[in-house]
Parts: sequence; C-alpha cells; structure tokens
Amino acid sequence: MGEPLVVATQVNKWFGPLHVLKDVDLTVEKGEVVVVLGPSGSGKSTLCRTLNRLEPIDSGTIEIDGVALPDEGKALAKLRSDVGMVFQSFNLFAHKTVLQNVTLGPVKVRKVARQEARERGMKLLERVGIADKADRYPAELSGGQQQRAAIARALAMNPKVMLFDEPTSALDPEMIKEVLDVMLELAAEGTTMIVVSHEMGFARSAARKVAFMDEGRIVEVASPDRFFEDPQSARARDFLAKVLAH
Amino acid sequence: MRLVLDNADLYLAGMATTVALTLLSFSAALVIGTVVAAFRVSPVPPLRTAGTLWVETVRNTPLTVLMVLFFFGFTKLGIQYSAFTSAVIVLSAYTSTFVAETVRSGINSVAKGQAEAARSLGLTFPQVLVRVILPQAFRTVVAPLGSVFIALIKNSSIASVISVVDLTEVADRLNNDTARPVAVFLGAGMAYLLLTLPSGFLVGVLERRVAIKR
Ligand SMILES: Nc1ncnc2c1ncn2[C@@H]1O[C@H](COP(=O)(O)OP(=O)(O)OP(=O)(O)O)[C@@H](O)[C@H]1O
Ligand SMILES: [Mg+2]
Repeated sequence: MGEPLVVATQVNKWFGPLHVLKDVDLTVEKGEVVVVLGPSGSGKSTLCRTLNRLEPIDSGTIEIDGVALPDEGKALAKLRSDVGMVFQSFNLFAHKTVLQNVTLGPVKVRKVARQEARERGMKLLERVGIADKADRYPAELSGGQQQRAAIARALAMNPKVMLFDEPTSALDPEMIKEVLDVMLELAAEGTTMIVVSHEMGFARSAARKVAFMDEGRIVEVASPDRFFEDPQSARARDFLAKVLAH
Repeated sequence: MRLVLDNADLYLAGMATTVALTLLSFSAALVIGTVVAAFRVSPVPPLRTAGTLWVETVRNTPLTVLMVLFFFGFTKLGIQYSAFTSAVIVLSAYTSTFVAETVRSGINSVAKGQAEAARSLGLTFPQVLVRVILPQAFRTVVAPLGSVFIALIKNSSIASVISVVDLTEVADRLNNDTARPVAVFLGAGMAYLLLTLPSGFLVGVLERRVAIKR
C-alpha cells in the first residue's frame, strides 16, 4: 500500500468542442479500490477509457506503474495488457467460447502455452462460478454470467489494475449481486480496482476512496463513509439526494 | 440440343477452364481483397489511401478493358504471361475490389466493443483484426461474398477476349464453325447455370452453418 499505481495528472479531453475532462487529477495506489461516482455525462466512462488510452487525451499525463501511456503501437498494447477492463456491455468475443475468450489474451499476448492457458482459464472460470459454461458461446449465457466471464477474461492477463465501467448497469437486478460478489472478492484479495458504478452498497463496503465527478471535473475525493455521511460539495449532496431517493 | 450434345466434350473442357479461372481467381481475390479491406480500416493513413486508390481505380474500369490492357500491355513491356495466367491475374485484381468492399462492410458491422475489448487485452491492431474482427466480419458477409463469387463465374467469360478457351470461347468458336448462335449459346448459358445455381445453393448452406448466435 501507499505506492501509486495509476496517476492521472491535469488530464484534459475534448470531444470536438465538448470539454469532457477538465484538469483531472487522480491517484490510485496499489491494492486500492476507487469508486467513481457522478451524474450521467459527467465524464466517468471517458476517464476510465483514457486510463488505457482507448480514448487519447489532449493534455496532461497518465502513468501506469510509473510508465507514461505511450502512443498507439506495440508499447501501448503491452501496457494495455497490464490494465484489465470490464465493460458495461460485456463485449465478449461473440465467435469464441467462454474459455476461448479467456485464453485469447494469455496465448496471443503473453505467449502462454495453450494447454497452460486453458488450465488457468478453467481455474478463473471456477473462481467466478461459471466453469460449467466454459464451452458455451456468449449468446448462450445470461447477462450476469457473461459479465463474470468478461471479468475472468480480464483477470487472465494478471493485470496490475482492473477498470470497471458500470459493470452491473446492463444487468437485471437478480444478476447484479452475482457480479458484485465476484468484485467484492477481488477487492478483498487486494486487487487494485477503479470502478465506475452507482452501486452504493459496493462503494460502501469495498471502496477505499470515492471520487465524485461532475461536468468533467473530479469535485470530491473522500472515504466512502465520509462521502456518504457528509459530502462536502453542493453538487455531491444534490447527487446523493437524487440517487438515494430511489 | 443435338449440336450441344455432339460437342459435349468441348463444352466440358470449356466448363473446366471456367471453373479453374473462377476458383483460382476467387482464392486470390479473397486474400488480396481482405488485405485491401484491412488497409482501408487501418490506422495508417498511407495504407488507407493505397487501399482506396486500388478499389476505386480497378473497380471503376471495365473488365474487358483491364483484360486487354494487361495482356497486351505487358507483352509490349516484354513480360509474357499466358492468356490463362493473365486472365487469372486480371480477374483476381478486379474481384478483389468487390471482396474488399464486402469485407469492409462486414468489418464495419462488427460491434465497436469487440475491438475495444480486444485492444484492452493488449492485442495489436493486426491481432485484433485477425483474431476478433475478421472472423466475425466474414460470417456476416457470406451471402454478399457468394454474390461476388457468382458474379466472378460470369465475369470469367471476359477471358475469352484474350482467347482463353473457357465456356464462352468454346461457344464462340463453335458458332463460327456452325453459324448457329442460338443453339450454341443456349448450351453455354445452361452450362453457366449448372455452375451458378449450385453455387448459390451452397452459399446458402454455408451461411446458415457459420452464423454466429447472438
Ligand atoms: N465518442 C464520443 N464523441 C462525442 N462525445 C462523447 C463521446 N463519448 C462521450 N461523449 C460525451 O462526453 C460526455 C461525457 O461522457 P461519458 O460517457 O464519459 O459520461 P458518463 O459519466 O460515463 O455518463 P453515464 O453515467 O451516462 O455513462 C458526455 O457529454 C457525452 O455525451
Ligand atoms: Mg458511462
């Protein structure tokens, strides 16, 4: 703990005329879970996507484990392999079985032997509770199962940090828990995680820090207890009043 | 009909040449077309430009013109390919532009999240394309690629302008000998249908077999 793993400094990002990230500073330490909260359109997804350069930034710097994000190319690909990403819409490879989804990265990027990758993949699928679906195609799984498969796929790379962009937002209520349980377990094991999520329960029990975004800025960073009991900014109070009303 | 049956051996030989032209050209066109499609979606601007230039110039020139220019043009330059080889080269090039456009539309139909997920795993651009995008793209364009294939069977008849003895050239020569164009070309037409109709059927079967469940 205490060692910074992801450091974003004065990050700015525009989509055309739209200024979506404004002087964003964020530091995530090893083993830390940071939950990013904020209203729709505040830039949470964009921030998440800049951290592995799925979106390039216009100014500022982003470092992962002391290395600045390189430009598009081999070096960037290598760095991305250390940053796991879980999407709201799962994005499992539709033409591959669940196990093939999980082994693709290790085999093609890490050059792990196929057999070994399969064995480790099966262990991961067991861990997320879908080993029996290993040979199924994504379309044959429920949303919750697909998202757990996607988490296993990201974990298969042994990433230094995991990014989650609203991993449960596309799920039916009864499936949210099975995904959150997996994430809670990861958090408990000391996985470094950056999680965009409106799951307050998860934020409270797993997050070390909550980062609250509004209109492209990180307005407030606090422990979950402090953030939920006593938000400092009017924006955050407003947001919490709306979210907790539901 | 008698005339056709009496010359069945000629027709069969012509069909064999047509099939050979088609299969060789289609294989090459698939490879070239896929590479050109990859160029056109690549992040490297010069490759994109090269891909676009290839497609737009070759596709927008009549096949007959390409055939004659290539065969006689290269002979003039002192490079001599046989008529058959020339025909395969020209048909491959011409068909590759249609394959490229078809494959590109398939690539564009693959959900953006697929490439993003692949990139986040650390796959490089060529790996993303080969491992994730193209396998899905091809599955969605089996039917239009089938149409390209069937068009090629028919386009291969242009090889007759440089005297490749395919079905059309067989019919042409027979017509010169007998002066019975209707009977002779009815025979050729039926022979083409014997190739195109089953192809269409096979494409349908293939399409159902490779469809991705969603
Ligand atoms: N590819 C894009 N092109 C143009 N504008 C975009 C693009 N992606 C996002 N935006 C805009 O940038 C702003 C921030 O979007 P972002 O998706 O990061 O918000 P968010 O906080 O994740 O919202 P939500 O909670 O709805 O997911 C929004 O105004 C959005 O419309
Ligand atoms: Mg979002």
